Amino acid sequence: MAKVFMFYSRLRSEEKMIIEAARVRQIPLEAMIVSNMVWPNDICQKRDVALCRCIGHRQNLALALTLEAKGVTTINPSKVMEICSDKIATSSKLSIAGIPQPDYAVAFSLEGALKCVEKMGYPVVLKPPVGSWGRLLAKVNDRDALEAIVEHKLHLGSQHSAIYIQKYVDKKGFDIRATIIGDCPASAIRRCSDHWITNTARGGEAQNYPLTNDLKNLLIDVQRAIGGKMLAVDVFETDNGFLVNEVNGQPEFRSSHGEITGVDIAGKIVEMAWTLAQKGDEDDF
Amino acid sequence: MSKFVFCVVCEGKVEVSNELLEGEIITCPDCGSELEVISLDPLTVAEAPEVQEDWGE
Repeated sequence: MAKVFMFYSRLRSEEKMIIEAARVRQIPLEAMIVSNMVWPNDICQKRDVALCRCIGHRQNLALALTLEAKGVTTINPSKVMEICSDKIATSSKLSIAGIPQPDYAVAFSLEGALKCVEKMGYPVVLKPPVGSWGRLLAKVNDRDALEAIVEHKLHLGSQHSAIYIQKYVDKKGFDIRATIIGDCPASAIRRCSDHWITNTARGGEAQNYPLTNDLKNLLIDVQRAIGGKMLAVDVFETDNGFLVNEVNGQPEFRSSHGEITGVDIAGKIVEMAWTLAQKGDEDDF
Repeated sequence: MSKFVFCVVCEGKVEVSNELLEGEIITCPDCGSELEVISLDPLTVAEAPEVQEDWGE
């Protein structure tokens, strides 16, 4: 019988919620910390389902790859992690699918960055292609600041050698964080802040946001473009409609869970994983 | 009866829940250090690592 696992590197609120949701539902979930184990190993068997919940993208990707080599269904699949952990890859996938997003460009030098922004117009936002929680974001209002930040980035090593530039969007004090579990949009919140960075990890306040048909349709398009069974999509609401800002493939959902949205995200995750494991058993016959 | 562990930074006594799990982060009430539970038997903590570049969602 296929089993459900959760592998993690640090026990955050989300991992605790998942463990509790499985306990309440009497779904057998084996939660294991990855740090002292050797990968690949024989803990999981073909058709088992594994929730990959390492806090670092590199470790999570390595975990998924070694599990997939054993025939384990990983949430998310490694190919989805690769897209979501790199903003250049995410933007490219969204472009291919024709999904609306802020204007973006990639530069490899100061000269290239200046040309990009001359075309795009100030202000812009420079983001590390790999990064989260609003770390190292820079809103750049003029050429002087752009020159200074790009020069610093180019001294930070290869991780920063491709400069991701996004047109700044006036988001009127909030953005939308929508969560997709399984094949369905599950919840949406508005993240409000006086600061232009609205991540709840940076102090943005969470409020419920209605999952309208327009928003649901956009989320379904995003999932078709990116893949995966568990995504958190950051969206700007503008006068010209929604723009997809980022897609997160190993989401934190403490602000989208429970009282604010009335949605039991952790419960939906364990039920989805359990359904996939049972489907794996059926496929054996 | 609750368990306790000594902080690896200030040697203060840190009471912990009986339902503690590996990978959990606890905070020393004396010095404020974040401690990561690296073993349950024996109960062992280490100073929690700083946030790394690829951590997050």
